[in-house]
Amino acid sequence: MRLIQETDFGTPASRTEKTVTLTVDGFEVTVPEGTSVMRASMEAGIQIPKLCATDMVDAFGSCRMCLVEIEGRRGTPSSCTTPVADGMVVHTQTEQLKGLRRGVMELYISDHPLDCLTCAANGDCELQDMAGAVGLRDVRYGYEGDNHVQTRNGDQPNMRWMPKDESNPYFTYDPSKCIVCSRCVRACEEVQGTFALTIEGRGFDSRVSPGMHEDFLSSECVSCGACVQACPTATLTEKSVIEIGQPEHSVVTTCAYCGVGCSFKAEMRGEELVRMVPYKDGKANRGHSCVKGRFAWGYANHKDRILNPMIRETIDEPWREVSWEEALSFTANKLKSLQKDYGKNSIGVITSSRCTNEETFLVQKLTRAVFGNNNTDTCARVCHSPTGYGLGQAFGTSAGTQDFDSVEHTDVVIVVGANPTDGHPVFGSRLKKRLREGAKLIVIDPRRIDLVRTPHVAASHHLPLKPGTNVAVMTALSHVIVTEGLMDEAFIRERCDWDEFQDYAEFVSDEKHSPEATEAYTGVPAGELRAAARLFATGGNGAIYYGLGVTEHSQGSTTVMAIANLAMLTGNIGRPGVGVNPLRGQNNVQGSCDMGSFPHELPGYRHVKLPEVREIFESLWGVEIDPEPGLRIPNMLDAAVDGTFKGIYIQGEDILQSDPDTHHVAAGLAAMECVIVHDLFLNETANYAHVFLPGSTFLEKDGTFTNAERRINRVRKVMSPKNGYADWEVTQLLANAMGANWTYTHPSQVMEEIAATTPSFANVTYDLLEEKGSVQWPCNDANPEGSPVMHVDGFVRGKGKFIVTEYVATDERTGPRFPLLLTTGRILSQYNVGAQTRRTPNSVWHDEDRLEIHPHDAEQRGIRDGDYVRLASRAGETSLRALITDRVAPGVVYTTFHHPGTQANVITTDYSDWATNCPEYKVTAVQVTPSNGPTEWQVEYEEQAKQARRIVHAEPAE
Amino acid sequence: MSPDKLVRMANQIATFFRSKPHDEGVAGVADHINNFWEPRMRAQLFDLYAQGGEGLDALVIEARDKIRPVTQSA
Repeated sequence: MRLIQETDFGTPASRTEKTVTLTVDGFEVTVPEGTSVMRASMEAGIQIPKLCATDMVDAFGSCRMCLVEIEGRRGTPSSCTTPVADGMVVHTQTEQLKGLRRGVMELYISDHPLDCLTCAANGDCELQDMAGAVGLRDVRYGYEGDNHVQTRNGDQPNMRWMPKDESNPYFTYDPSKCIVCSRCVRACEEVQGTFALTIEGRGFDSRVSPGMHEDFLSSECVSCGACVQACPTATLTEKSVIEIGQPEHSVVTTCAYCGVGCSFKAEMRGEELVRMVPYKDGKANRGHSCVKGRFAWGYANHKDRILNPMIRETIDEPWREVSWEEALSFTANKLKSLQKDYGKNSIGVITSSRCTNEETFLVQKLTRAVFGNNNTDTCARVCHSPTGYGLGQAFGTSAGTQDFDSVEHTDVVIVVGANPTDGHPVFGSRLKKRLREGAKLIVIDPRRIDLVRTPHVAASHHLPLKPGTNVAVMTALSHVIVTEGLMDEAFIRERCDWDEFQDYAEFVSDEKHSPEATEAYTGVPAGELRAAARLFATGGNGAIYYGLGVTEHSQGSTTVMAIANLAMLTGNIGRPGVGVNPLRGQNNVQGSCDMGSFPHELPGYRHVKLPEVREIFESLWGVEIDPEPGLRIPNMLDAAVDGTFKGIYIQGEDILQSDPDTHHVAAGLAAMECVIVHDLFLNETANYAHVFLPGSTFLEKDGTFTNAERRINRVRKVMSPKNGYADWEVTQLLANAMGANWTYTHPSQVMEEIAATTPSFANVTYDLLEEKGSVQWPCNDANPEGSPVMHVDGFVRGKGKFIVTEYVATDERTGPRFPLLLTTGRILSQYNVGAQTRRTPNSVWHDEDRLEIHPHDAEQRGIRDGDYVRLASRAGETSLRALITDRVAPGVVYTTFHHPGTQANVITTDYSDWATNCPEYKVTAVQVTPSNGPTEWQVEYEEQAKQARRIVHAEPAE
Repeated sequence: MSPDKLVRMANQIATFFRSKPHDEGVAGVADHINNFWEPRMRAQLFDLYAQGGEGLDALVIEARDKIRPVTQSA
């Protein structure tokens, strides 16, 4: 193993196909037109000295180090800003250039500290490298005089000197080391798109400044790390590097946070992780990252992490630490006796969307092959199950149709029920980049998300619909397109079922679906909706990106179908730049669905009722598979309350915090006799558990994650599991304790089994992933290199199916008792239930859930910003602090659900999507009133949680 | 699960299929329940039918004969 050094070509690649040939130092090189001389030289293997250039951002031409001579041209142009031309003859090293570069370097170093030996960037400093490259031997100007380096000039304080800014928890800004190359400023603009940094002052006064001379933490900085990565010196440095030192080897792996699935280099020193650096060859993130993946990995070593198995007979006892053998035999005996007493269907599993494909596959195999039932479900139930159902019906398969690169070819984007800059930040940055290039944006969301108006990006249309009216709005968009004749008839005739389309057209043309008719209950101005529909239908490549604001409704599946209708209607399927793109919540939620986590389908989305599919697994596993669908998560909890479901193995999920109607979840868990939680921490669900099996982090195991673009990315082990076993090994131990005879010794063997049984994974092997870096399924003989875009020549199901989408108002309605509508979402710095991010310094950005409320609603209730308020629905009540903002419309309130103390899901109800039982998180009728502090429930809950987390430690063996 | 909740879930399915031609709608409701409802839930639905099907949507009532009987016990 070694430290992976990615080549920095200095300027971004040119996308043109036309090539030109030039000569650099006598070597001929052929590159695309538009390439810089600097990049062309690097392609030829000749590195021109540079400081302000790096290939993540556009050329700037400020440092004057990359000068070259070009035959027939006067002067010494900078190679980063000079495009290549056919027949150009370039010299990168001449007497003149040597002298110039050394002179420039001498000036740089005259205002730079000479503490290289004790500097955190020692060994990883481009300034140091360039000083060496140009042969700098002397600084004739000395180090006295005007400078930014010394705290004092003689007996006077040096007013140019600025102290180090250590306000950001993850990196420091040391102005004394800054050479003002502005790479950080440009990375913040061009890569991240936040524009938090600028250069203040002029000439010798120039300094990098977050915002208006603020510190990093108080500025708009979102801590994505792009500036730190871009910095050629120690000016911006990870605190972990300052503390530990430079890494010595690195391993490419995949982030375990959101569904974007960014590739990172885990840079290591021995088994100690020094830093995570986004990998430029990562096809999802293209070298970019967000604060979570880049920095928030400290939870892996957090003191709360449980490393030993624990058991207890009843949940009011303290936990007892035991050996793995004891824990597993205790568990296996309990599960077996439950099946004996209550039947084989009395137990089940929940697979994890945070674990690997291989681990998920084994957990569903455990229930199907060892427990002998289909009681398996996963957190996709509560997020994207309607995507599976809706897209399955319309297109024939249930995944996003594009890769993330596709957005670079998009002309009009609809973002509906998603907040990419918070929930999927790296995709959000890629989207913003395209919008700055001129693509148009339509946002459909009850809340004014950041994308509606953010530096250099503004939505053409924001349709602030009332929560729960998605179907009406999407159908009204189709109404305008059909009645105004803006549909792509050629596409529909060729690719879709024409008869079904005509039925659909008749349905959608009805006046009652017009924006004028729906405005009364959607709250979306008709004129704005018409303009948005026209823009989407006529603006070129149209792509729809959506999130849980679409799916988590009573009509979630119907909205997904409406989205599919809209894409087909406008011919926006089957090529780059278009498509239907569900933004998946968790790192491997796509994979957990692919791996057969749902109770009705085996891996590869094939229903358990199909004998030919069961036969594949039955012959391989030597068992009989139940042809009946199993219980979904909400059904499991109902059955538990009814007394017919008694035991559950939950891998890497915290259903008590994440699932709706907490009281009901708690009642279900409390009714079970054996709850097994397999996790990193004693999460909220573990308060009701009888067995705790310690889990391993993504840094501690091999496997694969599949991201929202169907990309199968490798997860690579960089350190030994602190708990002793990778999660797939724990599941295997449990299966074997139950009498199975599994003998996997590496996750690659599980992937072999997946490939052998699942057609869309047929050609996936670890060798292929090693060779290609990643592949997008389907990956089989028909698509040996995977499939970046789906439905290219035809839909998976044959003809695309238009489905009538009648709007039905949810039963969850406002009334005198509960006059406001609550909707929920995420924030950038926290992730899901917060189990990981709350255990990192990310909490400095968000240490509590707040209730966003419109000033009008707040005033009526006498609520001031920051006041504690009581938030009540028919399901329950909680309290949290108010945040008064006009981001939400009057009548709508909003909160996040990252903190267990808030328990936002005490409020949400048991209403769910008609097709999939996906809970209706996004619409709850509530009342908000002033409050003095925590509710009785919160106080009781905290006490109960404290009691439930007591541990009796095992005596150390003599 | 409470009978009210089961009735609500069944009726939600019926509501979606109401926009289909009638026979297709009946078949759609039955298929959906057959594909996604675990035997315990179907058994409870048959109990409701046996008690007269109070509160159930007409489409759900009509789908009765197309819903797969429950053979195994929980």
